[in-house]
Amino acid sequence: MEQLLYVSEIVVNGLMTGVMYALVALGFVLIYKASGVFNYAQGVMALFAAMTLVGIQQGQVPFAHLINALTGMHVSNFGWNVPAVLAIALTAGVMVLLAIAIQKLVLQHLVGQEPIILFMATLGLAYFLEGLGDVMWGADVKTLDVGLPQGISDAAEALTARLTGYGFFIDRLDIWAAIIATALVAALVAFSQYTKQGRAMRAVADDHQAALSVGISLKFVWIMVWSIAGFVALVAGIMWGTKSGVQFSLSLIALKALPVLMLGGFTSIPGAIVGGLIIGVGEKLFEYFVGPMIGGATETWFAYVLALGFLVFRPQGLFGERIIERV
Amino acid sequence: MIYREAGDFKTTYQADNQTFPLRLDRMGYYAILAVAFLVIPFVISDYWATSVMVPFLIYAIAALGLNILVGYAGQVSLGTGGFMAVGAYATYKLTTMFPDVSILIHVIVSGLVTALVGMLFGLPSLRIKGFYLAVATLAAQFFLIWLFNKVPWFYNYSASGQITMPERTVLGQIVTGPATPAWAKYLVCLTFAVALAWLARNLTRGTIGRKWMAIRDMDIAAEIIGVNPLTAKLTAFGVSSFLIGIAGALFFSIYLGAAEASEAFGINKSFLVLFMVIIGGLGSIFGSFAGAAFMVLLPVFLKNVLSGSLGWPTDLAAHIELMIVGALIVFFLIVEPHGLARLWRLTKEKLRLWPFPH
Repeated sequence: MEQLLYVSEIVVNGLMTGVMYALVALGFVLIYKASGVFNYAQGVMALFAAMTLVGIQQGQVPFAHLINALTGMHVSNFGWNVPAVLAIALTAGVMVLLAIAIQKLVLQHLVGQEPIILFMATLGLAYFLEGLGDVMWGADVKTLDVGLPQGISDAAEALTARLTGYGFFIDRLDIWAAIIATALVAALVAFSQYTKQGRAMRAVADDHQAALSVGISLKFVWIMVWSIAGFVALVAGIMWGTKSGVQFSLSLIALKALPVLMLGGFTSIPGAIVGGLIIGVGEKLFEYFVGPMIGGATETWFAYVLALGFLVFRPQGLFGERIIERV
Repeated sequence: MIYREAGDFKTTYQADNQTFPLRLDRMGYYAILAVAFLVIPFVISDYWATSVMVPFLIYAIAALGLNILVGYAGQVSLGTGGFMAVGAYATYKLTTMFPDVSILIHVIVSGLVTALVGMLFGLPSLRIKGFYLAVATLAAQFFLIWLFNKVPWFYNYSASGQITMPERTVLGQIVTGPATPAWAKYLVCLTFAVALAWLARNLTRGTIGRKWMAIRDMDIAAEIIGVNPLTAKLTAFGVSSFLIGIAGALFFSIYLGAAEASEAFGINKSFLVLFMVIIGGLGSIFGSFAGAAFMVLLPVFLKNVLSGSLGWPTDLAAHIELMIVGALIVFFLIVEPHGLARLWRLTKEKLRLWPFPH
């Protein structure tokens, strides 16, 4: 009984981690559906967004390091603090600017190239953004605090203790992440179903040429999609940044989102969520049951191997569109 | 001696199909080989060997290997770092188990071991395609690195978890370990690079290379005209991993001397080699060398300019370097998706018409 409860605690925590993975994966799916670009830079965008948020919040001078090196001055801070809500709004603005820049400087010139070329371009973009983030805001580990509650949730512990006699350890941040992720997905679904722009987005996702022929501006839709993906990256960045600090390893969660996508299918929003949950729970359980036998730290590879094994049986993922190939 | 084919008559099929059909090209190639083998070893300094020539040659081998897989066979792989680690650890285990056997044989056997591992991880490519495959190769990357970190047998139960290359000799000359002279390191790597480039060139223009290219261009169509995808894809993975394994073995035994799996062969190495292939040119032997040279020289150059001449702090220089590398990759893809090799080819076309381009 005790063991069962402990395992279910692991499952609950795995679900919460899965939500976080799904948040990153969501950004991938949005861009992939709308423009066929497999955006490797999504994770770095999350890192960049989180860095920008911290920088704006703490009133850092952007490029302070570079300015100091060039002019010999010693600037670092404007000396003010921006409230969290305003900082988030400003960061969202920065992400929109970034989306426009990416569209104008990169994607526009690569229209009609093979998908693999586009993928590699986003790899380059990831490196560029990583460097840009470091040059703008400095590479030191930052703590991000936008007022989200953290630490063990007493309410959840009390509730589970009353129901089962065993208090579950659940991070309050994880609960908030789950709520925010749900809201975000609901908002995205509503946006794509009920607004004109959302319909345009789905049309483009369906067929670029057909969308063009009925008068939808591809340029606008792509900027919009990258902006939304930037916003999703911001949300993911806030969550992960609050959880484990804003640092380079944040961009590596993008890599974790890849098996999530493979499980769920690149083209499916529900797939991203379900895939995230499966991987979140799966890696926690595997680490608990099998990990001690083979040396632990299996979380680094379990997700990939699971996805790999799974794909051999279902190459398009759980919810992906069936891959039809013709000569 | 103007660069053109006029007057260069081919009388046999063989002459018509040789790698360098133009006489000037051929001479240039022999001249470069002569300089590389007979001049550079005598003048090379420690700095040039360790920071430029040796990494360039080793990365060129790795890039050749990856280029066979990505550029010729069209199977994108992000597992290069993991496969290099296989080569490195195989060399380490072999050379500590059989200290009397020549290190050169160990390096080649390590390549074969890596080829087997590569073919194993290449099996899913029969079912999985495109991006899905790229992500699937990440499984190889992370799993292999984890394996080498967690199973003490691989690093002979050493306390630090590192592998350290013992001193080994070839023909009485020390080639590994800290006492190795610069020219010996260089010469070993050069020999491997030239031999493997020759191998890769001849494989890619033969039957097997054509099969790979057919698979790359459209695998279903290739299957219909009689290319067996199983053998074509697995040989591509095998040959590619063989080269990458040798690169990893040399990287560890000659260049680093001591290594730790996640640090020396992490995911960044996979991306670095992939960038070399992209910038150099997909599906080109010359491109693999050009890309490797570019990616090895660029950081050295930027470091000298930014922190050397301008006196910027090193961390800032490192970040700017990231930006420049990223921007260059995007720039290359926009301007010339076929990389440096394509630019080189265009230059040669221009040269053939010079000085009367019309």
